[in-house]
Amino acid sequence: MSVTAVQAAQAMSPLLPIALLAPVVAALIIVFLPKEESKTIKIVAALGTFVSLAISLYVFFAYNRTVGGPQFNLTLPWIKDIGVTLAFGVDGISLPLLLLTNLIGFSAVYSSWNIDKRVKEFFVLLLILITGVMGTFIARDLFIFFLFYEIVVIPIYIMVIIWGSTKRVAKEYAGMKLTIYLLMGSAFLLVALVMLYLKAGGQGNPTFMFDELARRQNLYDPNFQKLAFGLMLFGFGSLISMFPFHSWSPDGYAGAPTAVSMIHAGVLKKIGGYGLIRLGVMVLPIGAKFWAPLIAVLAVSGVLYAAFIALAQKDLKYVIGYSSVSHMGYVMIAIAALNPTSLDGAIAMMFAHGVMSALFFSMIGFIYEKSHTRNIADLGGLAHQMPRLAVGFLLAGMASLGLPGTVNFVSEFTIFMGTIKVFPVPAILGIAGVIFTAVYTLRVIANVLFGPRRPEWDHLKDLRGPELVPLVIFVFVIFATGIIPNLVFGLINSGVTSSGLAKVLETLGQAKIGGLF
Amino acid sequence: MFTQMHSLYESAWVIPALPFLSFLLIAFVTKRSKGLSAAISILAILTSLALAIAIVLGVVGSGAEIVEHPAVVNVNWLDIQGLTINFGTLVDPLSTMMLFVVTLVASMVQIYSVGYMHGDRGWSRYFAYQSLFAMSMLGLVISTNLLELFVFWELVGLCSYLLIGFWYHKVSAREAAKKAFITTRVGDFGLLLGILFLYGQFGTLDFAQLAQAMNANLQGLVLAGGVSYITLTTFLLFTGPIGKSGQFPLHVWLPDAMEGPTPVSALIHAATMVVAGVYLVGRMYFMFQHAAPSALEFVAGIGALTAIFAASIAIAQDDIKRILAYSTLSQLGYMMFALGVGALTASMFHLMTHAFFKALMFLGAGSVIHALHEKQNIWDMGGLWKKMPITGWTFFIGVLAISGIPPFAGFWSKDEILAAALHNGHPIIYAVGLFTAFLTAFYMSRLFFVAFMGPEKKENHPHESPYWMTVPLIVLAFFSVVGGLVALPTHNFAFFVRDYVNLNGVVALKEFEPEGLAWGLAGISVLAGLLGIGLAYMTYVRQAIQAEAVVAKFPGVYKLLKNKYYIDEIYLWLIHHIMDGLAKVLYWFDIYIVDGIINGLALITRGSARGLRRMHTGQMQTYALVFFFAVVVIYLVYTLGEGQFAALNPLAMLGGVK
Repeated sequence: MSVTAVQAAQAMSPLLPIALLAPVVAALIIVFLPKEESKTIKIVAALGTFVSLAISLYVFFAYNRTVGGPQFNLTLPWIKDIGVTLAFGVDGISLPLLLLTNLIGFSAVYSSWNIDKRVKEFFVLLLILITGVMGTFIARDLFIFFLFYEIVVIPIYIMVIIWGSTKRVAKEYAGMKLTIYLLMGSAFLLVALVMLYLKAGGQGNPTFMFDELARRQNLYDPNFQKLAFGLMLFGFGSLISMFPFHSWSPDGYAGAPTAVSMIHAGVLKKIGGYGLIRLGVMVLPIGAKFWAPLIAVLAVSGVLYAAFIALAQKDLKYVIGYSSVSHMGYVMIAIAALNPTSLDGAIAMMFAHGVMSALFFSMIGFIYEKSHTRNIADLGGLAHQMPRLAVGFLLAGMASLGLPGTVNFVSEFTIFMGTIKVFPVPAILGIAGVIFTAVYTLRVIANVLFGPRRPEWDHLKDLRGPELVPLVIFVFVIFATGIIPNLVFGLINSGVTSSGLAKVLETLGQAKIGGLF
Repeated sequence: MFTQMHSLYESAWVIPALPFLSFLLIAFVTKRSKGLSAAISILAILTSLALAIAIVLGVVGSGAEIVEHPAVVNVNWLDIQGLTINFGTLVDPLSTMMLFVVTLVASMVQIYSVGYMHGDRGWSRYFAYQSLFAMSMLGLVISTNLLELFVFWELVGLCSYLLIGFWYHKVSAREAAKKAFITTRVGDFGLLLGILFLYGQFGTLDFAQLAQAMNANLQGLVLAGGVSYITLTTFLLFTGPIGKSGQFPLHVWLPDAMEGPTPVSALIHAATMVVAGVYLVGRMYFMFQHAAPSALEFVAGIGALTAIFAASIAIAQDDIKRILAYSTLSQLGYMMFALGVGALTASMFHLMTHAFFKALMFLGAGSVIHALHEKQNIWDMGGLWKKMPITGWTFFIGVLAISGIPPFAGFWSKDEILAAALHNGHPIIYAVGLFTAFLTAFYMSRLFFVAFMGPEKKENHPHESPYWMTVPLIVLAFFSVVGGLVALPTHNFAFFVRDYVNLNGVVALKEFEPEGLAWGLAGISVLAGLLGIGLAYMTYVRQAIQAEAVVAKFPGVYKLLKNKYYIDEIYLWLIHHIMDGLAKVLYWFDIYIVDGIINGLALITRGSARGLRRMHTGQMQTYALVFFFAVVVIYLVYTLGEGQFAALNPLAMLGGVK
């Protein structure tokens, strides 16, 4: 590895802020467009998200994996007195999630192509939402991270209560539940962050930078770490819908419009997992080790519990909502296992689940939009009328149940490999979850797509034109990264090994720290 | 010579790649053109067949060299910390045999499908699935490691799912597809665990490296209760084959899988995919040798149980495809118990011959069903031999082959299995196998006599199938006749596909020693077959024995067999009452307890807010009143606070001045 390569990799680059600003610019343009111009609005939104997608794709392939560490950095001091830095940059941990955000953001615009109610407001909010999520993943400063995290909450609430749908619960209830849960989580998080900040800056030189916070680990005594990690676990845990703080998730997704379900299930809840790794494990390893057994137990309970509940659902979105809770259990147990393999798996699983659930929600969105029902019993035989949609739905289901060839399989396998030695019993129970996942997924597929042709759905038109964009993008990503897993796993592995995470885990493995049990 | 051959072996990846290419082409380019889709698919698989034949010839030419040094190529697939997986190709006699069998049967089935699927709306989709299946199955047999094998293992499962549910407008097909997937997944759960345990212990999944590692160290791997790690892993691994190869108690999906088009049943559910489990055990046989003897005894027990259990059900079935399906289960049990008694060679031999004659009979059944416009009940048939001579004759060859009549293929392999069972000290298994052979001959002849002989039915107007369908029948019939003869030359099947031997913890290939046929044992098993055929002849042709009378004598037994021992009913009950019941209970719990607590918290917050709101009345008088009383209380605390109220004194608590 030559010195110039390292220097080139660590050079300043304005690319990430441009990617961040592109949707904002698009939103600003939309603000000045007349609201009748709904086609133009949609095209502008698509262009804005496309710029971000193109940049993140470029960054994904241009990132130097051998050098590792944060690259495409841009660091500007912002509020010097309290140590806030406007710092952007990505490494192997955040880059897959950045790419995921923009894949889903771009496709979400196309999944909302047929929206005709308050188009202008919808796309402005959608673009703000995408920006917010993107910001959390490229921030290298805790303050900035939290700022973007809070930005995310506002558009979600408005979008659910205006464009949402009322089924088992009212959309107002769903929106409120979603928002309050997010805010509750972030309140706990805020306490933890302030505590951490004070501890880290206790001897002067205050900082919010992730790397710096992690470097000052010896300042955090074990009791402090346990407390702070506990608070974060609650905050981030409810965000990633960890059992038993998951109940916002099915209701929220069911109430939300398609694009919000896609972004929320696809990337937003991954901020929880990302935060737990970036802040929890890397900064507070002793705290993580302390809570790990509890996380593992809750995670595996979540996997089985939600999988079983998904079996009893009648509404399509609820099935996927509970399925998403179940899948996040795998991410949590992988984080709890605290070794490089399992964390590779956790990050990959977030990526894989993101693509899969976005595809699923997108397909369900189209079904609902065309048929005005999500009740599984009312649907059936849709493969007759909508073969393309059926392909997308079927492949999303196959990814969901972890079929080899999809990136979801590789992620699950990596997680199982990483956890089975650390937590044998929870891991085996979790692996048993793949059976029940197959049961509810295949039941939904059978009952929605297959069976005799139903004349009442003969008027449904198959996906065409812009509606095909999410299908094509997600299916391509699922299989490309599933058949050539090194594409994304190589990056993640470089992130885990070069970010200091692997080192932290190694010392943790050797240290004898009493666990919770 | 050998280096030349080696470059041929190293291009083995082309064999699965061609059908995959064909799948992509059909899916993305030619799906609108029926002719092109079929042409591409068949062309691809025929080219693969040609390559496979070239490799077979190469292997036969290489002799002992290839037996001891299989040709392996590996490419890295996944490389992260703590997990490195390669994908590659492995050419040894076993995989070569599988390559030949799979490409041969797949190409025959695809050619046959041109006639059978004529006019079907899903034509291109059908050929796309066929190509995808061929790719997956061929990938499976040349895998170099367990994970690669598992990947293709699941992919053939997917193809099976898609092809069983090919006519997705039928509810029965839809349900059968789902059932097949889920049932095999139960087995795959164990297989996956086994793979994880193996990697955890040995840090590799490569077959050759695993074999070496297990030879190197076995001591110190004993888990609690005296069960060794290897034994536990072996049992886990074996659950995969139980599901995939339809062994008891996960056999329930295979008879239902007959909902798929008949060529699919021939290819996937008789000749190739269902034997993947047998193949896996064969591939990992060194591990079974290392494990405690209980592991192989378990394999033998399950196999023998499945063999006799499925054969007994087959007697009481009336649907031509279901009889064949139960027969397949029974024959898979045969292969499995052959492995269990230590006869790897015989098991693989039977796998090959069975693929020929069972594919033949399924395609024959398809030909009949085609001619009779979807009639599948054998009692609706009759006298077909005259009207459909090619189908009739080839089917008859199949019946003789499966009944173990010399010199047909089944005779050689079945005889080797039975001889091995007795020779290796498993007399009970031998007896079960022998009785199963008798049952097999009986129910297959029953099928043949009822459907092909006997009086013609007036309402049927059968006619011989087109050449697209009869030519594959003739080719497969040819192999059903001569397929067993590979046991004859000095460098015979057993020379190439060798048994293993465990010498003090070191498992190695057995030295080849040519063995003659045990004529006495062979005579006994041929007798069993002839007895079965004779009994069926007496019952269904001469009608000397009244089948109805026998049934009337044992109504309970007949009902039990007819209803397949009620296994399906038991499973359904478990699924509907236990699994779905639990799902409903948990959902209730989620809505009313988990969510109830959340909503309760929200209510408390709202309620307390309502209470607190009372205090902000906005009336000056109220505030003044509260203020006054507060002052009084504070004054009291201050003045009386010296003694018992000290703790309440805020200043005292703060350590302030007094």
